[in-house]
Amino acid sequence: MSTFTELIDRNRIGRARQRKSTNALMLSLTALLTALALVPLFWIIGYVVVRGGKSINLDFFIHLPRPMGMAGGGVLHAIEGTLVVTLLAAVFAIPPGVLAAFYAARFPNTPLGVALRFSTDVLSGVPSIVIGLFTYALMVKTMGHYSGLAGGVALAFLMLPTIIRTTEEMLKLVPSTLREASLGLGAPEWKTSLSVLFPAAANGIITGFLLALARAAGETAPLLLTTLGNERFDLAQIITGGVQAHQSVFQIIGRIINQPLDSLPLTLWKYAQQPYPERIDQSWAVALVLMLLVLTINITARAWIQVRTRRMKG
Amino acid sequence: MKMEIAESVFLMAAAVESPAKMIVRDLAVFYGKFRALNGVNLSIPTRMITAIIGPSGCGKSTLLRSFNRMNDLTSNCRVEGEITMEGENLYAPGVDVVDIRRRVGMVFQRPNPFPKSIYDNVAYGPRLYGIHRRSDLDGIVERSLKSAALWDEIKDKLHQSGLSISGGQQQRLCIARALAVEPEVILMDEPASALDPISTLKIEELMQELKKDYTIVIVTHNMQQAARVSDFTAMMMIDDARAGRLIEYDATNIIFTRPKDKRTEDYVTGRFG
Repeated sequence: MSTFTELIDRNRIGRARQRKSTNALMLSLTALLTALALVPLFWIIGYVVVRGGKSINLDFFIHLPRPMGMAGGGVLHAIEGTLVVTLLAAVFAIPPGVLAAFYAARFPNTPLGVALRFSTDVLSGVPSIVIGLFTYALMVKTMGHYSGLAGGVALAFLMLPTIIRTTEEMLKLVPSTLREASLGLGAPEWKTSLSVLFPAAANGIITGFLLALARAAGETAPLLLTTLGNERFDLAQIITGGVQAHQSVFQIIGRIINQPLDSLPLTLWKYAQQPYPERIDQSWAVALVLMLLVLTINITARAWIQVRTRRMKG
Repeated sequence: MKMEIAESVFLMAAAVESPAKMIVRDLAVFYGKFRALNGVNLSIPTRMITAIIGPSGCGKSTLLRSFNRMNDLTSNCRVEGEITMEGENLYAPGVDVVDIRRRVGMVFQRPNPFPKSIYDNVAYGPRLYGIHRRSDLDGIVERSLKSAALWDEIKDKLHQSGLSISGGQQQRLCIARALAVEPEVILMDEPASALDPISTLKIEELMQELKKDYTIVIVTHNMQQAARVSDFTAMMMIDDARAGRLIEYDATNIIFTRPKDKRTEDYVTGRFG
């Protein structure tokens, strides 16, 4: 009978060698697979940069498209369109989304709270083309024409679940004793929500906004059926025209959002189908601009959080 | 009959040395159908420190939170019986909860400064009651921080975040925040359990200072702390129906040296729970 120590002493060196080789094997395997997972990412980014980069120049950002088949021109209309539609969507989606999230976080088990959570889940699962179709019936048909307004509404529907969910989650992360401390001093609920809960959760909430915006900015399907596209959309012209005609700010905004407009993903999709090599090249360039835009929003979100966190910690 | 005698003992024990600030009569607290507290009778003496001790889940915090109606915030929580503060029933219909919470302040287990500056943390309460003039607020903030023995350490960084100071300082900031609305009673729910020994000592010293002006009720798991800081001690335990009950209430030195109840003796000597 050998004791445990004798048994394990017998082949100590052999097992140590085996352990080391297994370790090396598994380590290189995980490294290899990690590298493999990174390949598509850098491939996509690299390919878009290479194909799109050559059509990027200043003109691309400050000019409207030239007639088909002609070289040059830019996609200012699409950049402006994307900004207008995304901004509209933010205006429509953020206030109700945040308020709904406050309600859901405060009263999660009331019938309304449960209904809200359920419908948020359902809404986030609705394909974006269906949201486009719904907004078409809701806005485009009733107004009688395509418009940036309809596009903003469609993207707002798309952003709403993300905003409600992230805001709710962030509010839930605020320690309940913070709320109690405020109420314990005699503060009413609304005051507590506004001046204690919201600041405490603001980092996450604002990141949620920006991520929802970034996602909406890259959507094509809902805009196909709502904003249609408009190669002659020109913000500067609408504004200067409006100012010269002594129109009020509201009238000018009305003119901006009341007509069909374009967006980067929509332009990408349309250009890519055209038989003109210039347009194909420009469609790659649009992809690059779109990618950079989304990247910028994401980086802004992260930078914002770092600055705020540092300020909070003193 | 037996109950009445027990009750009068609980009420009198404290009354001998100091008039009662708050009196609890036949208090029962329910969470839905569950009875968390049952038949609690107790009197909290003015400008004394009363400790509530007992094993986990015996309803100490529930009792503490009924002193400023913090239990109202828990949905489906229901309270029977009464708690009077200077003769006025806190649970009478028509009582202003906001007014109660101003008169009965609270300090929590973990330091929980608001994500605001030190100054704004302390000024939060006064601002709620409509005090906005800078000079008024400056005075209140300074006084409160001095009362919380924090002023000297942080007077140069009043506008830094309340989260930038150490845990012990944060807890004293929370005490200053509670003091700023000039409460009469301060409830402390294990105020030092998340702090290191030195910070704990500072909080305990501070409590001795505060007791000159305020009535303090403290829940603690730390037997030595209860023995060190408190004048009276209430011992709680759950009964067979899992409802929290007050089983003994007396001057702290009696509870820790010659308790009447065997369960109290077992608990304070560490033979139990």
